[in-house]
Amino acid sequence: MKPTYSLFFKDAKPEQLESLGGKGKSLASMSQADLPVPQGFCVTTDAFVAFIQDLMTAKGLFASLAKLDTKNMGSLDKLSGEIRSQILNKTIAADIQEDILASYRSLCEMYGKEGDLPVAVRSSATAEDLPDASFAGQQDTYLWVVGEDEVLSHIKMCWASLYTSRAIAYRKDHNIPEEDIHMSVVVQKMVNARVAGVTMTLNPTNGDRTKIAIEASYGLGESVVSGTVTPDNYLMDKVIFELVESSIQDKKIALIPDPANKRVIEIEVDPVKATEACLTRDELIFISKIAKRIEKHYGCPQDIEWALDADAEGEEAFTLLQSRPETVWSNKKTETKKHYMSGMQGLVGSLINPLSAKK
Amino acid sequence: MTDKKKKFISPYEHIAPKGSEGWKELYPYFLVFQEQLKEQEEDKFFFCDSQHWPNVFKPFDAMTVEFAVKCLSQYNSRHYVIPPANGVDFKIHNGYCYMSPVAVSPELIEGRVPEFMERAGYYFQNWNELLENWHKKVKRVIDDMESIHFEPLPDRVDIQAIKDGVGLDPTFQMINDYNKLISLCYETWQYHFEFLNLGYAAYLDFFGFCKEVFPGIPDLSVAKMVQGIDVDLFRPDDELKKLAKLAVSLNLTKCFEKKDVNEALHCIALEENGGQWLQAWEKAKHPWFNYTSGNGFYSSDKYWIEHLDIPYGYLKNYVEKLQRGEVIDRPTEALEAERDRITTEYAESLDDEARAIFEGKLGLARVVFPYVENHNFYIEHWAMGVFWRKTRELSRMLKEQGFWQQESDMYYFRREEILQVLFDYGNSWAVGVPAVGPAVLQEEISRRKKIVDALATAPPQPAFNNPPKVVTEPFTIMLWGITTEAVESWLGGDEKSSHMKGMAASPGLVEGYARIINDASELDQLKQGEILVTRVTAPSWAPVFNKIVATVTDIGGMMSHAAIVCREYGLPAVTGTGSASTQIKTGMKIRVDGGKGTVEILEELVEA
Repeated sequence: MKPTYSLFFKDAKPEQLESLGGKGKSLASMSQADLPVPQGFCVTTDAFVAFIQDLMTAKGLFASLAKLDTKNMGSLDKLSGEIRSQILNKTIAADIQEDILASYRSLCEMYGKEGDLPVAVRSSATAEDLPDASFAGQQDTYLWVVGEDEVLSHIKMCWASLYTSRAIAYRKDHNIPEEDIHMSVVVQKMVNARVAGVTMTLNPTNGDRTKIAIEASYGLGESVVSGTVTPDNYLMDKVIFELVESSIQDKKIALIPDPANKRVIEIEVDPVKATEACLTRDELIFISKIAKRIEKHYGCPQDIEWALDADAEGEEAFTLLQSRPETVWSNKKTETKKHYMSGMQGLVGSLINPLSAKK
Repeated sequence: MTDKKKKFISPYEHIAPKGSEGWKELYPYFLVFQEQLKEQEEDKFFFCDSQHWPNVFKPFDAMTVEFAVKCLSQYNSRHYVIPPANGVDFKIHNGYCYMSPVAVSPELIEGRVPEFMERAGYYFQNWNELLENWHKKVKRVIDDMESIHFEPLPDRVDIQAIKDGVGLDPTFQMINDYNKLISLCYETWQYHFEFLNLGYAAYLDFFGFCKEVFPGIPDLSVAKMVQGIDVDLFRPDDELKKLAKLAVSLNLTKCFEKKDVNEALHCIALEENGGQWLQAWEKAKHPWFNYTSGNGFYSSDKYWIEHLDIPYGYLKNYVEKLQRGEVIDRPTEALEAERDRITTEYAESLDDEARAIFEGKLGLARVVFPYVENHNFYIEHWAMGVFWRKTRELSRMLKEQGFWQQESDMYYFRREEILQVLFDYGNSWAVGVPAVGPAVLQEEISRRKKIVDALATAPPQPAFNNPPKVVTEPFTIMLWGITTEAVESWLGGDEKSSHMKGMAASPGLVEGYARIINDASELDQLKQGEILVTRVTAPSWAPVFNKIVATVTDIGGMMSHAAIVCREYGLPAVTGTGSASTQIKTGMKIRVDGGKGTVEILEELVEA
């Protein structure tokens, strides 16, 4: 049977998850739990293995790697450079290429684009290749990749990133056989964020788990995360999805993508728009509902990065970028608890204490 | 904006409309602002209770506020000794009534606690048993009122009375019956508050707890957790829906094309299955048609049982809806499931200790709250319906004796003045001379009518005198929706604004055309799809809620009748806006956000 070289997140069967690498596996599981991650597919480890085996065997590179002395920086760098340039120059075998391009075309179609959907291409290593965070930086991510040729060449760039001098040296030092390494590459729709932000599935000021706190601003979420603008702040009730509090800020600037130059630029927001709420009531409601679903999926309060994609409408626009467990309140369990009076004593207390003080 | 008024006008400076001179004589001396007590009265903050009494009182009708607020007060101050709250002081001014809750001095509050615990505690512990007894008492009062009849005095004392040696004449019975009727009405209002204040107290306790453990929890969530699903107050409307379905299943729909209720009933009687339907209709009438489109506080309130055209109008509408394939049932199952979901989700977010307390308080609130919702049917609708019917019987009899020309004329007299009229009638009967009343009363009635009409030309003030810095009195907030914010917005209320803020009483966002309704009699003007804007709604307007898409009121809190009904019918509602019914005009396009509690005028009217 022909191996599967390309797999959409939502189509991966349990036995195929291992071929998607760490990041791909997590995206597939979120996608299959109906969490709204951007659509995309993985170029499987099978594709990588087929490509690399072919190349390495033909050029005798496995043998060169076996002989390499990692202490010798000169020859390490030389071999690393040679392997990487061989990867970038080699044409991907026709059957693999066909699979990848068919997936890219389907992805384009999903968003009504004709072969020019901007995507993010990122490497998704398997666990043993990514032993610690210091290697994370070597896991390449390429944004705003457009077109079939570009997609293919960036996939090869991800593959090549496994052969930097540091990566090679690390594997040798830890006795990881070169023949065993795998890598998957994630190709995912680039989110064209019109509004983005961060959502916590509890009230960060008091740990109340019946609230959802939403911060949002125009453009990409980096401005919210990095604090370059003061975002709008909304507090929603998690049970009946009513807006409890909001504070609307003057969001003067926004970061937006500049696809032509593959970078992010800062623009000034129209002054009227800047002072208006960047989320509508309906948007607040569906953001809250999805956040609640994400929390349920992970089983604990979450800190979620998201964006509303300008290329989609309504709830479809919600894109989950990242979800992490909330740590501050979740670890605070042992703090001194308040005690409440019950029965008639409690009732008397409620009558005597001014109600307005509790509003 | 910057130069905000700090206080409301004094009632002593609030001038009565032209033509209403002498209005004070229409009401009891202790219910009007007296010159001798100016200093003392100006020291109190009064707000207008147009939620319960939106219209100018005829002298007789003022009895309702007198009995109701006095009885409310006694349960706070003398029965249960509510620690922070005494009664509610009340006055009638320029025809409308104003309330001033009386707080307990802070140093006395603690001392009242043990007494409250004993007294209120007893009621909470024995709630269901005591409530069962309440139903018996109220039913007995209703039966007693039903047994009273006012008939013209006979020519002679009955021979049997002679032979039995009774020694009393029929005027004696008539005077007694009148006093008994008034006394039964008074008794009705005693029972009205026997459970109500405690019901609100338990609700407030749960409310306060929720506000504490879920800071910022919407009031609506609390209301939804406590609120009953199947309450007696909705029975009359539910009965109409049942009758509509029966009409469809018995193939009687063509009779409902008739405009007139009597024609329709006649048509049904001629149908093969008509008998079965008419039997169901008769059964539904007792007691469920003892139901008013008013609120039970006015002699002019129309009760279904005496005005079958009212329920028939709703019934006809339901039959038409069914024929169009529409669903007319309230979504009770969905409401119940939603209530369970909400409750579970809030409870689950608490630790074990807090959850146990949450459940305890919610449990009590749910035991007591059905009374808050249901009492209205038994008192305002049923008992008061019988009371007004009996007073009309008396007025009709006296009209026939020539004392006045219209059935409604009697209500221009205070209740103790009617006693004089009865003595006049009895005296003339005994002496054998014409009564004096027929010669002199009509002039007085005309004079008083002019006064009442003149008073009605001016709307009430939202409040009088200095507002408190913070409104803390629990019942004021709960029953009347009077919050610090509301009072502040009234003070700024002279500024014309296209944005109004009130209580987020029932969620949903709707845009549509407004229809201002000032009185229950105008309800038939409402067209499908309009937004009802009014000073206050009565729960009995329920059937019109099938026509409208949202409700906006000037007065009322989260637990006001309008809020309860709107949530039950799934309609957006903003209550307690202060002045929406005067700022908005019929035909304006408005946006109602029941989740935020805001109302916005989108399109002003183009002046013709």
